[in-house]
Amino acid sequence: MPEIRVTPLGAGQDVGRSCILVSIAGKNVMLDCGMHMGFNDDRRFPDFSYITQNGRLTDFLDCVIISHFHLDHCGALPYFSEMVGYDGPIYMTHPTQAICPILLEDYRKIAVDKKGEANFFTSQMIKDCMKKVVAVHLHQTVQVDDELEIKAYYAGHVLGAAMFQIKVGSESVVYTGDYNMTPDRHLGAAWIDRCRPNLLITESTYATTIRDSKRCRERDFLKKVHETVERGGKVLIPVFALGRAQELCILLETFWERMNLKVPIYFSTGLTEKANHYYKLFITWTNQKIRKTFVQRNMFEFKHIKAFDRAFADNPGPMVVFATPGMLHAGQSLQIFRKWAGNEKNMVIMPGYCVQGTVGHKILSGQRKLEMEGRQVLEVKMQVEYMSFSAHADAKGIMQLVGQAEPENVLLVHGEAKKMEFLRQKIEQEFRLLPETKKPRLLHGTLIMKDSNLRLVSSEQALKELGLAEHQLRFTCRVHLQDTRKEQETALRVYSHLKSTLKDHCVQHLPDGSVTVESILIQAAAHSEDPGTKVLLVSWTYQDEELGSFLTALLKKGLPQAPS
Amino acid sequence: MKLYCLSGHPTLPCNVLKFKSTTIMLDCGLDVTSTLNFLPLPLVQSPRLSNLPGWSLKDGNAFLDKELKECSGHVFVDSVPEFCLPETELIDLSTVDVILISNYHCMMALPYITEHTGFTGTVYATEPTVQIGRLLMEELVNFIERVPKTQSASLWKNKGIQRLLPSPLKDAVEVSTWRRCYTMQEVNSALSKIQLVGYSQKIELFGAVQVTPLSSGYALGSSNWIIQSHYEKVSYVSGSSLLTTHPQPMDQASLKNSDVLILTGLTQIPTANPDGMVGEFCSNLALTVRNGGNVLVPCYPSGVIYDLLECLYQYIDSAGLSSVPFYFISPVANSSLEFSQIFAEWLCHNKQSKVYLPEPPFPHAELIQTNKLKHYPSIHGDFSNDFRQPCVVFTGHPSLRFGDVVHFMELWGKSSLNTVIFTEPDFSYLEALAPYQPLAMKCIYCPIDTRLNFIQVSKLLKEVQPLHVVCPEQYTQPPPTQSHRMDLMIDCQPPAMSYRRAEVLALPFKRRYEKIEIMPELADSLVPMEIKPGISLATVSAVLHTKDNKHVLQPPPRPAQPPGKKRKRVSEDTPDCKVLKPLLSGSIPVEQFVQTLEKHGFSDIKVEDTAKGHIVLLQEAETLIQIEEDSTHIICDNDEMLRVRLRDLVLKFLQKF
Repeated sequence: MPEIRVTPLGAGQDVGRSCILVSIAGKNVMLDCGMHMGFNDDRRFPDFSYITQNGRLTDFLDCVIISHFHLDHCGALPYFSEMVGYDGPIYMTHPTQAICPILLEDYRKIAVDKKGEANFFTSQMIKDCMKKVVAVHLHQTVQVDDELEIKAYYAGHVLGAAMFQIKVGSESVVYTGDYNMTPDRHLGAAWIDRCRPNLLITESTYATTIRDSKRCRERDFLKKVHETVERGGKVLIPVFALGRAQELCILLETFWERMNLKVPIYFSTGLTEKANHYYKLFITWTNQKIRKTFVQRNMFEFKHIKAFDRAFADNPGPMVVFATPGMLHAGQSLQIFRKWAGNEKNMVIMPGYCVQGTVGHKILSGQRKLEMEGRQVLEVKMQVEYMSFSAHADAKGIMQLVGQAEPENVLLVHGEAKKMEFLRQKIEQEFRLLPETKKPRLLHGTLIMKDSNLRLVSSEQALKELGLAEHQLRFTCRVHLQDTRKEQETALRVYSHLKSTLKDHCVQHLPDGSVTVESILIQAAAHSEDPGTKVLLVSWTYQDEELGSFLTALLKKGLPQAPS
Repeated sequence: MKLYCLSGHPTLPCNVLKFKSTTIMLDCGLDVTSTLNFLPLPLVQSPRLSNLPGWSLKDGNAFLDKELKECSGHVFVDSVPEFCLPETELIDLSTVDVILISNYHCMMALPYITEHTGFTGTVYATEPTVQIGRLLMEELVNFIERVPKTQSASLWKNKGIQRLLPSPLKDAVEVSTWRRCYTMQEVNSALSKIQLVGYSQKIELFGAVQVTPLSSGYALGSSNWIIQSHYEKVSYVSGSSLLTTHPQPMDQASLKNSDVLILTGLTQIPTANPDGMVGEFCSNLALTVRNGGNVLVPCYPSGVIYDLLECLYQYIDSAGLSSVPFYFISPVANSSLEFSQIFAEWLCHNKQSKVYLPEPPFPHAELIQTNKLKHYPSIHGDFSNDFRQPCVVFTGHPSLRFGDVVHFMELWGKSSLNTVIFTEPDFSYLEALAPYQPLAMKCIYCPIDTRLNFIQVSKLLKEVQPLHVVCPEQYTQPPPTQSHRMDLMIDCQPPAMSYRRAEVLALPFKRRYEKIEIMPELADSLVPMEIKPGISLATVSAVLHTKDNKHVLQPPPRPAQPPGKKRKRVSEDTPDCKVLKPLLSGSIPVEQFVQTLEKHGFSDIKVEDTAKGHIVLLQEAETLIQIEEDSTHIICDNDEMLRVRLRDLVLKFLQKF
C-alpha cells in the first residue's frame, strides 16, 4: 500500500488556522488555508516554510482545496498565494468563490484600517488570488492532472461548504472540512456515498456532544430576544454581513411570523441586500424546504426585517437590530451600542467569536466600564449574551458520516485533544473491521508485460501468443499390491476404494478397465514374476503432481479387505 | 452488448443498452405529436369547435361521427388527447437497472415507465433537468386536467376501422398503445426515483460500469452520457448544441475514444439557421405590433423562451416597443422564470459570472421588475384585468391542442392584423394549425432548433473518432421532403448502424478484458523474464478477491503448517487441488541432462536413441526417462524421494509459465 502522509499545519488538535497537507501516491494537496482568530502575530497564519524553505510552493503542491468561506479555513489564502507565492490551482465551490473574497476584504479592512497592521495582503492581492480559483460543482469529478482527481460532497456547514474526496489511482482520502449532519434553518445535512476511502480526515469540534445542542441554543436565543422586547428593551445583534446573519434572520423571521409579533426588526444597510442576493442565487445549496418553496416565498426575502436608518436608533420602544460589523470594533454596530449600552432593559447578543482588543471581546470577558476615544468612559448596563451558532456535526453525526463513507482509517482534526480521544475510542469500538468471510480462490496465469501494458492471460494463451510449445512432463509410478485376483478385479477394487475415499474428486472406471481420478490414470497389470502381486501404474502430469503423489502414497498402503 | 430501441422518434429517444450485466435505459421521451390527430381542448366553450361536422365514410356510413370530426378537409379525433409511449413489450422493463436522462424534453414518458412496468431501479438526471422536467410535466397535466373531457374515443383505434380512415390517422403507429396523460401523483412518484447528479460525476453501477453525464450545451442541465467499463466505452449523445446560448458549452473532448457512439437528438430543421430565425422572429413581432396587431408565440415554458426574452430585452427599446406588454402565460411561468435564475452553475460562463456580482444571470428579471414582462398562471384571474392589446403572448402548448394557446388562436385567428409565430420545432406548424382553418391570422414559421446539424455532426465525429456510430434510421438518409440533399444525413466510416422502433441491435464489439489490481506485495514477488525483446513474462499464482465487481490479486496464503497433533494424518488429507502448477516449455538437451544426473550421484546411466528422442535408463533405480522434443516421461518405482529428485533435475532445463 503506497504511503499516505498527513501533516496538519494548523487545526491538528485545535480549532482555527485549518491547513492540512496530504501526500498521496506522490501527489501533494493542501486542504484549506485558514487563519487563527486568536493571534495577531506570525502564528495567525500557517507556517508555509514547512512545505519548502526556498523553492516555489507551486512546485511542491499539486493543488489547494478550500472547504468553505469561514476565515479559519480560507483567511490565509491571499497571503499564501500572493505573498508567499503559489500559482497552481485553488479549488472551491461556486458559493465559496463568490463569498470568500468579500469576507477576506472585510478581514483585511479590520486588520489594516482599524488596527493599522502593515505588511498585510492588499485588496489587489485578494483579487489576484481569486483569479487562481477553479470553481467545482457538487459531485463533479475534477481531473487536476492525469492521476489526481477530486470530488466535492455537500457538507451543510455554511452556504457552499463542501467535503472533498482526493483520489489517486485506487488510493483516496476524504477531507470533511466543517460539516453538519442535521439539516438546520437554511442548510441541508452533509451527505457522502460509500466511497470507502483509505483515510477519512474529519473535523471533531463537538466530539463529545451528543444531543442536538443547536436547537437548544436557538430556543435560548429566541427566548432572550422575546423577553427583552416584551419588557420594552432593544436588542442589538452585531454580525458580519454574510453567513450567520442570514441564519439568524430566518430564525427571527419565522419566529415573528409564528408569534405574530409586531416589534420591528432592522438590518443595517450596506452589504445586506447584496448578501441576501447571494443566498437567493445560490438557493440550490440550501435545504430541501427552502428550495421547494422558494418560488412561492423566497426565505431570503424577509417580510419582517427592514432596512435600518441611523435615526431609528433613537426611536422609543422595543426593536431588534442586526448591525455590522460583528465584533463591535467600529461602524454602525458600535454607534448603536454606545447609544443603548446605558439602559439595563436592553441587550446585546454576540453570535460569534470576538478578536482580542475589540469592544466585543472586552464586554464578553466581563468588562463593564469601557474607555472610548476622547477619554470618555462608557458604562455598560445592558445585558451581554454570547451565543455560538456554528453548525458542526456532533459525535453522533461524525459516527454517521464514518458509517456512510466506510473508510479504512479515520483521522480526527479540528477539535480538542481530550475530546478526540473519547471519540477515537468510540469509533474503534463501533467500526471494528469484520474478517473476510469469502473463501479465497487461487488463480494461476501469466502476466505479459509489453511496454507499459500488463495483461494477465492463461499460461496456455501466453505460450500460444509467444509461439512457444508446451513441454509435457509426465510421471508414471509403479505401485506393487499383494492381490491374487485378476487385474480387472484389482482395478475394480482400486476404483471402489478411491471412490469412497476421495469424495471431492471425480473418480471414474473406464471401459478399458483403467481408473481415473480427475486426469490421473491408474492401470493394473500383472507382475511379470509374482502372480500374487499386481502392479498399479499411476500416471500423471506435472500439473497434477500433488494429487498424483498423494494417490501413490495412498495406494502404497494397500487396499482395504474386500467385503466378500 | 445489445441496444433495444423503444422509440422511433429521433429527438425523443428511448433506448435500452445491455452492457456488462447492467441494463441501462437511455432517455424516455414521449412522442406528443400523436396529439396532433386530436381536436384542441378549448379553455372556454368554443361554438366553432363544438359545431364541427362529424366525419362519415365514403359510403355515407356515419357510425364514427361521434368520435371523428372534420375541419377544412382534415379529420380529428374528438377525445381526450393521447400520447404515443415507448415500446413496452420489447424488453421486460422491470429488469432495467437505471435510467439516464439527457435533458428535460427526453424524460416526459418517465411516469409511464417507472409507475407501470415494475421498474425498481434508479433514475439519474441533473438538478435543472429534474426541476424543469417537473415544470413541463406539471404544465402538461394541468393543461389536460383543467378541461375535463368526458369523451374518450376508442372505436377508431380498431385495426379494421383505422384502415378506412383518411391520412394521417390511417398511418398513425401503435394507436392501441396510445395512453392518456398521467396524473400529478404519478409524476411525483416518478420524480422521487431520481437521483441528482453533476456534470463529470463518475457514478458506479454495481462496480461493473461507470456512467458520467457531460454538458451537452443544449438546455439547462442537459447532458450526454459516457457509459464505460475499464476497457469499453459507449458515448450516448442526445440533444447537443455547439451554439452559444445560455447553457454551459458542450463537452466534446470527453467523448473521444468511444467504441460506440449513439447519436440522437439532432436538429429537426437542418436547413434553418437559429440566429437568422431569431432575427426574423423579432422583425415579424415588431411589424405586427406596430400595425396594431397581437403576436402569439406558442412555446414551452422553459428553454428557447429564455433566449427569446433576452433578445427582446435588447431589442424592444431600439424597436420602439417599450410600451407593448409582453405576457407569459403558463401554470409554471413564475416557477420557470425563478428557476432559471438559480442554476448559475449550469450556465455559460458569461451568465455564471453575473452571479458573483451578485446579479441575476438572465435579464428577464429586469423585464419583470420594470413591468414590461408579466406572467400569469392562466388567462383566468388577474390576467383578464391586466390584459391590454396590442400585446405579445408567450404561452403553451406548442402543439396548439391544449393550454391557453387554444384560447388565443380562437380569439385572434379571425383577424389578419394578428400573427402567430412558431418557434418550437417539435410540431409541423401546418398540422398544428389544421383544426383552426380557415384562418385569417398571419402565420410565421421561425423554428429555432439549436441542436447539432449535419455539418456539425460530421465535424464532431472527425474530432472524437468513435469506432462505430449508431443512430436512428432517419439520420442515414436525406429527409423525405428533400431527398436530393445528400448533405442532410450522417456521413461516416464505417457507415452508421441505424435503428428503428422495436428493433434490437447487436453492437459490434466484444469484451475481452477486466481490470485487476495487483497488491504491491504480490507484485514484489513476481520475477519477469524477457522472452522476446520488449516482452517479459511472469507467472502469477495468486488469490483473486472479488468484491463489488472489483478484482484484486493478493499473494497466495502461505501453506499453513498443520497443527502438531494432526501431522501424522497429513498424508491422509486429500491434497488441495487448487495449488496450480505452471505450464512448462523448452526442451531438454540429453547430454547435459545425463551430466547433471551424474553430478547428482546417479550412476549406471544408459542412453538409447528412439525415433523421436532418447530414453535415459537408470538401471540401478529401475527408472526410465523418455525425453522427446516437447515431452518428458519419468517412469519409476513408487519412490517419492527419487521422483522428486528427478523432477527437480528436469525442471532445471525448462521454463515455467
